[in-house]
Amino acid sequence: MSKHQYYFDYAATTPLDPKVFSVMLPYFNKEFGNPSNLYELGRNASHAITKATRTITKILECRSEEFVYTSSATEADNLAILGTARANKEKGNQIIISQIEHKGILAVCKILSKEGFDVIKIPVGKDGLIEISALEKALTPQTILVSITSADSETGTIQPVAEISKIIKEFRLKDNNVFPYFHTDASQSAGYLDVNVDKLGVDMMTLSAHKLYGPKGIGGLYIRRNTKINPIIYGGGQQGQLRSGTENVPGIVGFAKALELNKKNKKTELARMKKMRDTLEKGIFKLIPKVVLNGHSTKRLPNFLNISILDIEGEALLLYLDELGIMVSTGSACNSQSLEPSYVLTALGNPYEYVHGSVRFTLGKGNTMQDIKYVLKKLPIIVKKLRDISPLELKMDQTSAMSNPKAFIGGQTPHFLRKKK
Amino acid sequence: MKKQTKKTKPDIINRFTGDSWVYTKEVKEHFFKPKNILWENPKEAKYDAEGIVGSPACGDVMRVWLNINSKKDTITDFKWRTFGCASAIASTSMLSVMVTEKGGIKIDKALKIKPQDIMKRLGGLPDRKIHCSVLGDKALRAALNDWFKKTKQFSRIMVEGTQIIDPNTKTTEADIEEAVLEGATTLLAVQKRTKVGIGYPECLPKVEELIRFYREKYFGPDKK
Repeated sequence: MSKHQYYFDYAATTPLDPKVFSVMLPYFNKEFGNPSNLYELGRNASHAITKATRTITKILECRSEEFVYTSSATEADNLAILGTARANKEKGNQIIISQIEHKGILAVCKILSKEGFDVIKIPVGKDGLIEISALEKALTPQTILVSITSADSETGTIQPVAEISKIIKEFRLKDNNVFPYFHTDASQSAGYLDVNVDKLGVDMMTLSAHKLYGPKGIGGLYIRRNTKINPIIYGGGQQGQLRSGTENVPGIVGFAKALELNKKNKKTELARMKKMRDTLEKGIFKLIPKVVLNGHSTKRLPNFLNISILDIEGEALLLYLDELGIMVSTGSACNSQSLEPSYVLTALGNPYEYVHGSVRFTLGKGNTMQDIKYVLKKLPIIVKKLRDISPLELKMDQTSAMSNPKAFIGGQTPHFLRKKK
Repeated sequence: MKKQTKKTKPDIINRFTGDSWVYTKEVKEHFFKPKNILWENPKEAKYDAEGIVGSPACGDVMRVWLNINSKKDTITDFKWRTFGCASAIASTSMLSVMVTEKGGIKIDKALKIKPQDIMKRLGGLPDRKIHCSVLGDKALRAALNDWFKKTKQFSRIMVEGTQIIDPNTKTTEADIEEAVLEGATTLLAVQKRTKVGIGYPECLPKVEELIRFYREKYFGPDKK
């Protein structure tokens, strides 16, 4: 028998809901038609998509033609940014994002800045909230797009999307302009926050199915009517020319079901998550000394807990927990491909020393209070052991880097601190 | 269907770099049950020498305490504490075992232990983790330097490579070492990273020599 799994990484991905799985199943082999075809199998597939889109757009409270399916949230982010920037480059060349956007946005903005766009990154405060005043100041008649995440994927801090949209709308009214467009990546927040696009006041919104107990390989972008946008994938002209490629019918059907189930259970799950998360949070702070909370203390998704445990290193902690079947994630440099500590946590003004000891618990449907108790029983023991192994004794009240940021090889500055030439 | 041969280990291979991710049995053993840790803060003068390297900002710090038999010139005790990832913890633990086995090895022999030797005993580390294992070697040298200073054996003190090779770009030996560790094992690749010698070609023979030296040190002798 395999050991019991204590999964605390629901922000990374979620398991497929069996109800979602069962509605998807026929579309793999029985109703396998290509929705572009006119015969019965094709019509059935096409009908399934129409029905799914109706379900999704009803939840978002938008029109059916305002939603486009993509292969992932990353693709949806890419489409939103690249698509509108390139389509409107005569109108302006400035794009405003935040420091803590998803890589799907950061990477694409890097490309756009090479194409002559001026990308402005709004800083975030220590609590993880973006500096609204900096955003207001950054808006110019050249700004064609603002993209701010609804909640980042590391701390789960909830950004005031509706407030930002109000600022943007007022700015537009001044010049009687349609720009800037406002996009938000709601992949993390959709499960717990309102996704009504009018209430949020967004022009584009990214969603992802696999964060909502839906299948991987399917995401989507809400695009308000009259938004000028170019495709980023070209071909047979599916989805109103905006996203070519045969539609992922089982994925789309599953996506809709997942969103539907999520809406049904949102309130009760939110309360359940919050209760468990708060128990975990309070427990850890009570049982373990020298722990720092990353992100906002209250304006945070109910299933997120990101903490830094001082004097120990995240990857080591992760592997010790893994040995007990507890699965978490860390922002430590050692755990990343690039060997760079988390850019989100460093953007909050945390010293690197804190980021290396960061650990993220994200709760979900499968967790019970029993799981929380198990973590609270095991975590202090592991932390004690790793602290015994560690030669560090960092101080808690430090706000800036407390050690000389020199790498161990011959006293060099670490590569992630060097100015890029 | 082909049967899997016994040699294939279950592992996760990175699609882009070909790196393996899973730690070996030996790494796990030394990570979960580290040997020779200094559990309690020592009383003064309990250890003959001490060394510390790394910085918490970089995510790796190692501290080493040694006891030395001055007559035999051997290391009799090696205690340590490490802040770092699994590779860093496991390689320090392994180094402590290698230095103290058979009643302690000669100082000169200990100084010849290369990161590569530690890795071999650990059954290998993922490529991007070689960085972490270098720390042990440095900490041991720092502690031995402390010993040499205390016992006034000044000729044996080792100086780390902070010598500037290229005055234009202020590239040091350590820069070259780091570039090699990060995977730049040819002159071209090192130049791409450090710009060494571009305005000062006189230093290039020295740079090439250093690249060869560090390449062999960390990745083993060149295959012919």
